Amino acid sequence: MERTVWIVRDHLRCTGCRRCEIACSLHHEGRIWPEASRIRIFMPFPGVEVIHLCAQCDDYPCVEACPVEALRVDEKTKAVLVDRERCTGCEACIEACPGQVPFLHPGDGKAVICDLCGGDPECVKVCVEAGYRAIYAVEEEVNVNRKLFARPPLEVAQDIAVNLYGEKGLEVI
Amino acid sequence: MPRGYAGKILDVDLIEGRIREVKLPWKTLEDFFGGRGLAAKILWDRLGDHWSEVDPLGPENLLIALTGPLTAFYPGSRVCVSGKSPLSNGVVGSTTSTEFAMELKAAGYDGVIVSGRAEKPVYLLITDEGCDIRDAGHLWGKTGEETIRLLNREVREELQRSRRGPQREPGILYIGPAGENKVRNAAVMTKLFHAAGYGGYGAVMGSKNLKAIAAKGFSPLPEVAAPETVRILWREVHRELIKRDRMRRWGTGYGGYYVAADTSSEPVRNWQEEWHDERRFGGPNFQFRFWVKPYHADFNCTTSCMKISCIKTGRWKGDITDMPDYELEAYLGPNLGIFNPEDVVHLSAVIDNLGHSGINIGNTMAFAAELYQRGILTEEDIGFKLEWGDAEAFDRLAHMIARREGIGDILAEGTYRAALKISEMKGVDALRYAVVAKGIGIGAHGIRSGRDYPAIHSYCCSVQGGDHTSIAYNPIDHMRSELTTILHDSGVYCMFNIYPPGVFDLLWDFFTAVRGWRLDPEEWYSTQARRIIHIQRAALLLGGPDVRWRPWLDDVNPERFYEPLPTGPYRGMAPGKGRVEEEVKRYYQLIGWDERGIPKSEELQRLGLDSVNRKLEEIR
Repeated sequence: MERTVWIVRDHLRCTGCRRCEIACSLHHEGRIWPEASRIRIFMPFPGVEVIHLCAQCDDYPCVEACPVEALRVDEKTKAVLVDRERCTGCEACIEACPGQVPFLHPGDGKAVICDLCGGDPECVKVCVEAGYRAIYAVEEEVNVNRKLFARPPLEVAQDIAVNLYGEKGLEVI
Repeated sequence: MPRGYAGKILDVDLIEGRIREVKLPWKTLEDFFGGRGLAAKILWDRLGDHWSEVDPLGPENLLIALTGPLTAFYPGSRVCVSGKSPLSNGVVGSTTSTEFAMELKAAGYDGVIVSGRAEKPVYLLITDEGCDIRDAGHLWGKTGEETIRLLNREVREELQRSRRGPQREPGILYIGPAGENKVRNAAVMTKLFHAAGYGGYGAVMGSKNLKAIAAKGFSPLPEVAAPETVRILWREVHRELIKRDRMRRWGTGYGGYYVAADTSSEPVRNWQEEWHDERRFGGPNFQFRFWVKPYHADFNCTTSCMKISCIKTGRWKGDITDMPDYELEAYLGPNLGIFNPEDVVHLSAVIDNLGHSGINIGNTMAFAAELYQRGILTEEDIGFKLEWGDAEAFDRLAHMIARREGIGDILAEGTYRAALKISEMKGVDALRYAVVAKGIGIGAHGIRSGRDYPAIHSYCCSVQGGDHTSIAYNPIDHMRSELTTILHDSGVYCMFNIYPPGVFDLLWDFFTAVRGWRLDPEEWYSTQARRIIHIQRAALLLGGPDVRWRPWLDDVNPERFYEPLPTGPYRGMAPGKGRVEEEVKRYYQLIGWDERGIPKSEELQRLGLDSVNRKLEEIR
């Protein structure tokens, strides 16, 4: 099978510094713009940090769901690319995604999905540089497990909260 | 056009329910930056002409929360909370790390000024669409944990009504029960275990019936003057921070042992000692039993000095707090005669949830325990035995203070005012056991051994009293001087992030690249910082309406600091009164104050602070 870049994510190692969001938005927007970052850290309770970005499902339900063919899979990286000219902001991709990962850009209202920076993701660089490795890049075969990472952030948060805080974790989200 | 700023500030009057957007003149931003400096300026302009009459807990006082030009750009984002302090009656700039700062800027505001008093509990919700005053009846009385959970859920659900997909939670400043009940040293809390602790601004929020301020921004951060330079400096500073391995690994959480064992400067039993060699109170005992997240940080920070602790077993199962950090380790540990890590983690979680300032509540409770030790306060006065080392007793006392029950009502006035009251009640001098400066509990770094904080006038000359992050120091253009802290508190970023070698030098360029005005160190120390410190000093000396500090006579160390250290390798050491007086006088000269510590007339005129000069005539 073909090997592609994938961003490994380990929520329990995330510190919540959100330098990934800074690096992402500087790269894509030329500004620090956390709400336009393709990777977003949800923090529903202190300590419970959830790394939320495209999981690159093997069957691409978002691409399937787009009614105007604004989404396509990049041949080289297998990342989902958004054609911003075509996108109407209809939200079908958000609905179709099992993790509700895509969102509408706070500036122009078009869908936003991680494009892996063409295969060398900026977010990964700053996280690895800091020694956290909450996210890091691997090259490996496309597999069905990837889709399991596409989960709504609050659902993930409930798991992490228990992992961190035991029984108390059941109450905090 | 000023860069790095959102360009407007919210001005909220809770009496009328009126909300205005204020644009500050460039000149004001150029001179006073943001945070602490800008807060001092705003407070002076609005309240300076009748400062002594303003009740810090009355509707006329202002509760100010300001970011600065470097907030969210420079590593370690913070917000600065200020107002007229109910502890010192002066102006304290109290900063805390929080996403609130970044969210506020992303929503398009550099800060919030709140005046008046709401009839019923309210909270403010700030978004890109503006500010809304909301009912907070359901949040009043709630602990930190409950407040965060309820408010996060409420705001998230509201955002989700107009936006598809999961929405992120807001940044929140809030108060716990201590602030609601106007405990004078209550903190403004954020993120469960972060606090703007010095100054007592939790009580100011409580006096306004203001439970919380939540902010969620969807816009980019403001434009900077030189984006590419900022990007390069940002990476460079982070690279240096990342190399600082020990700070990142341990945070300050290993201090509970070494600040006592090594430098003899940790408060033990209300500062009766500053040394201990309790190895069971060492960092590893906290780390391996309680830390569940060994690297935790706030927006744009790689120092990750925060480590999250959780108790997983036993009667205190489910307690969550930070490591605790050194200050709370010391103040809720050895200073209460406690040397058991689990007790300290528990007490730290208790005071976080109640919204006390950890340093100041530890200071006040230890003061009470020493009075109990000396038989000045009795079991009858307190309702139970208050023995050193009894964590359950201090847990109980912390709750009584937060609810102002029994003796808690007196102790809720803070150590200094409680000492005055108890002296009167009991016919003794209780003030000699109060380890405070200008009404503010002294941070957990003693000056007697000379091995930790080298300046013996660190606290007694500070315009923020006992605040261990803002100390008097000679020379005044030193990295540790109060004038340097004013820079950090006015640019509003974390002072922990300027310490690696070389980074302090980059800081000036960082300011210049963000703001677009050249920041010259010489000008800062001779002009800009002086304006800010003189306003703070003037406010402190004008004081009132209850307590007023006497020029010169009250610039002394607490009695305890003149007693020789009784134990440890530095036994016998304590700087004498004569030496302290000399240092104080030298400091006055360096900073531009007269022989009684009042800012000199010609100095104020040079800096264009004519109204401050006129007002100070009252006490010259």
